[in-house]
Amino acid sequence: MAEEERKNEGKNQYSIIIPTYNERLNIALIVYLIFKHLRDVDFEIIVVDDGSPDGTQDIVKQLQQVYGEDRVLLRARPKKLGLGTAYIHGLKHASGNFVVIMDADLSHHPKYLPSFIKKQLETGASIVTGTRYVKGGGVHGWNLMRKLTSRGANVLAHTFLWPGVSDLTGSFRLYKKSVLEDIITSVVSKGYVFQMEMIVRASRKGYRIEEVPITFVDRVFGSSKLGGSEIVEYLKGLAYLLVTT
Amino acid sequence: MLTFGKLTNSQDKGAPFSPMKHIFKIISLLAAISAFWVGLLQASIIPRTHTWLLPIYLVVSLGCYGLLMVGVGLMQFPTCPQEAVLLQQDIAEAKGFLKDKGVDVGSD
Repeated sequence: MAEEERKNEGKNQYSIIIPTYNERLNIALIVYLIFKHLRDVDFEIIVVDDGSPDGTQDIVKQLQQVYGEDRVLLRARPKKLGLGTAYIHGLKHASGNFVVIMDADLSHHPKYLPSFIKKQLETGASIVTGTRYVKGGGVHGWNLMRKLTSRGANVLAHTFLWPGVSDLTGSFRLYKKSVLEDIITSVVSKGYVFQMEMIVRASRKGYRIEEVPITFVDRVFGSSKLGGSEIVEYLKGLAYLLVTT
Repeated sequence: MLTFGKLTNSQDKGAPFSPMKHIFKIISLLAAISAFWVGLLQASIIPRTHTWLLPIYLVVSLGCYGLLMVGVGLMQFPTCPQEAVLLQQDIAEAKGFLKDKGVDVGSD
């Protein structure tokens, strides 16, 4: 399978879906960095903006003037409608045979995109997911509490779900388009449980999943999204995944 | 436990099929352990009083193992302070390029 895909290397197109909400500056930076690091790759960037009030869409239009409307696509939606549906919306407009999903806030650095692509070509994997938790990867900007809850959540998920990947909640991933389309329709969770459900369902269906180390720089200091309700939501999500996958 | 996951991932099936639900794997495992425990109770190789306590020992050991894993993972948590610096450089580079091309890279 990997051999065949290597021969088709020249014909692969990568659709990079980036959901945005109030990422006026970051979207410009990230588009620049993607073009910088994917020089000889056939790709398109699909920005799914949920009606940002800060003028994100105007910036995207300026970027289209610089890079071309065929490389930077704006597929906006009227208001905040959720991450899962943003991916589905982006998928409808994706012409590539591979789809990359990543965050717009530069916590996911485009410099890792070549390693995702390379890993997929080497192994023929259906999904390549970025992991922050292995050597070569890492996190910056997390305090001890955040690391503790992350590690605790990870151990819990591994004990009960046996997922086969080290980073379950990561959202920096490369999918074969057909695989993404197959899984995303059966996922019902929201938030980061959504990302967990995606990878667990893929694992259960027997899709080959590979990992590459990535570094994650959290620039949103102080907004520790980990209150009691987050923990409850996580446990409920874990229980749901335990029983339904 | 990681190996269970790896075993199913090594072949890329891709085509739709119905694997055994994960919860059934866990239930089977628990059933096997329970059967073994009941067997021990009946065979009386180990004194009965000890055997009755075995499940508690198991749960406590698992709990300790879990806590150990959390602690070890916390100590070995990979960090990358240099990445923050590199990112600032990338941002400066990007802003410079885009400003020249007429993209508004003003305030956030």
